[in-house]
Amino acid sequence: MGLTDILIKFGLIVIIFLISLVIAMYSTYAERKIAAFMQDRIGPDRAGPWGILQPLADGGKMFLKEEIIPTNANAFLFIAGPSLAILVSCIGTAVIPWGQQLVIGGHVIDLQVTDINVGILYIFGVVSLGVYGIMIGGWASNNKYSLLGAIRAASQNISYEIAMGLSIIALLMTTGTLSLRHIAEQQSGFWHGHWFTWNVFSQPLGFLIFIICAFAETNRSPFDLPECETELVGGYHTEYSSMKLGFYLFSEYINMFVSGAVMATLYFGGYNFPLMHHIHSPNLVAVLGVVALFAKIFFFIFFFMWVRWTIPRFRYDQLMDLGWKVLIPLSIANIVITGVWITYFK
Amino acid sequence: MEPLSNKRKVLEAKPLNFLERIYLPAILKGLSITIRHFFKKPVTIRYPEEKREYSENFRGLHSLKRDEQGRERCTACGLCALSCPAEAITMISAERQKGEENLYREEKYAAVYEINMLRCIFCGLCEEACPKEAIYLDGPHVASDYLRKDFIYGKDKLVEAPLNQ
Repeated sequence: MGLTDILIKFGLIVIIFLISLVIAMYSTYAERKIAAFMQDRIGPDRAGPWGILQPLADGGKMFLKEEIIPTNANAFLFIAGPSLAILVSCIGTAVIPWGQQLVIGGHVIDLQVTDINVGILYIFGVVSLGVYGIMIGGWASNNKYSLLGAIRAASQNISYEIAMGLSIIALLMTTGTLSLRHIAEQQSGFWHGHWFTWNVFSQPLGFLIFIICAFAETNRSPFDLPECETELVGGYHTEYSSMKLGFYLFSEYINMFVSGAVMATLYFGGYNFPLMHHIHSPNLVAVLGVVALFAKIFFFIFFFMWVRWTIPRFRYDQLMDLGWKVLIPLSIANIVITGVWITYFK
Repeated sequence: MEPLSNKRKVLEAKPLNFLERIYLPAILKGLSITIRHFFKKPVTIRYPEEKREYSENFRGLHSLKRDEQGRERCTACGLCALSCPAEAITMISAERQKGEENLYREEKYAAVYEINMLRCIFCGLCEEACPKEAIYLDGPHVASDYLRKDFIYGKDKLVEAPLNQ
């Protein structure tokens, strides 16, 4: 690996990092705008034209607020919580294949930071680490609301991770690989032979389970019990102020971006788009692929917000019912159906 | 028991059928409703730039009127203060001097006329009580301010602008 390759990788990492931060920033703006439109309002429109400078104003406010660490809080863990939350949500993007290879001046540029052969396991590991940020923050605050929020977050994430993992197993049985790059390549194009190539068409039930679990894992409404501003004051981040609170809110939006990217890659063909085989310039296909992937991600982010402003929050026992009594049996049934289908029809 | 009216409705707790129990059709219905609102025209009025029209019988800020020759109509009879249920109005009367006939219509006038806008409930009883048609609640709403004392409006704010100026 030459110096140029290292520089290219480093540049790619920086670009992806910046893109995820900017998207998270503007997700906060999009959330407020979408909420407003769905409620027949207009949303923030004072900072800059149509309010597009609003995220900057919010960020500036977060930085300038007083930093409070409660007397009885464990100061080290109190700071470690939000740091862990944002760190974990940022490293999830490392294994996402953003597009096909670009060839510029003889250099082949992989639009993926690293193609590890256990990509899905890596994503899972990162996602399950995410709950530690919330747990540690909620526990270190030494406040019962925070602790309740943190406990809810922990039990919710553990319950829904199982169903999520089982729905992925059914997907892995059809793809036969854990590498996200290979999974994306298998879904090349849109229509092949006599059926769609995208996994969502061969695993519709699996996708449904996966997206429900993704809502739960990112703590988004209707599964936003850890925050639950109507019951638990602010949930796990009740005691947080200033940019530490900002990091928690930010990591939620980065998580949304990452899970949108994962869903797009696993089920919606990743960077593939219909009629891509009719374009003969490989670089053009790669660039259009990146655009297609981001369009899918933006759709998922929109969908997250759309659902948030439609469905009320689950009650805690309903949440557990849905997770353990519905989604887990369903995903096991999905595995069985997939197994039968592979054995007899392939 | 015999119902007193025929408005009573007997509700049965029917068990949910399969489609209702999997929630998804209901969720899709909800999503379709919110997306329809997404494309509707917002009802917001951007306040400082756009203002909503006051209705014709809106009771806002008081104004002390002048007659056709630009003289103050108020004669400081105190009926408005008497009628005021919130006791928001106070006044001090004074006698008209020679040479002031172009300022005040009657021989007595209000030297001080104050309305406490924090007490006023904008009921319009002062308007009804006034025998001289001197006070009307025809202004806009009261502007915000920082200090309580600034909400006591004196004659400088209440009296109509002179006619030909």
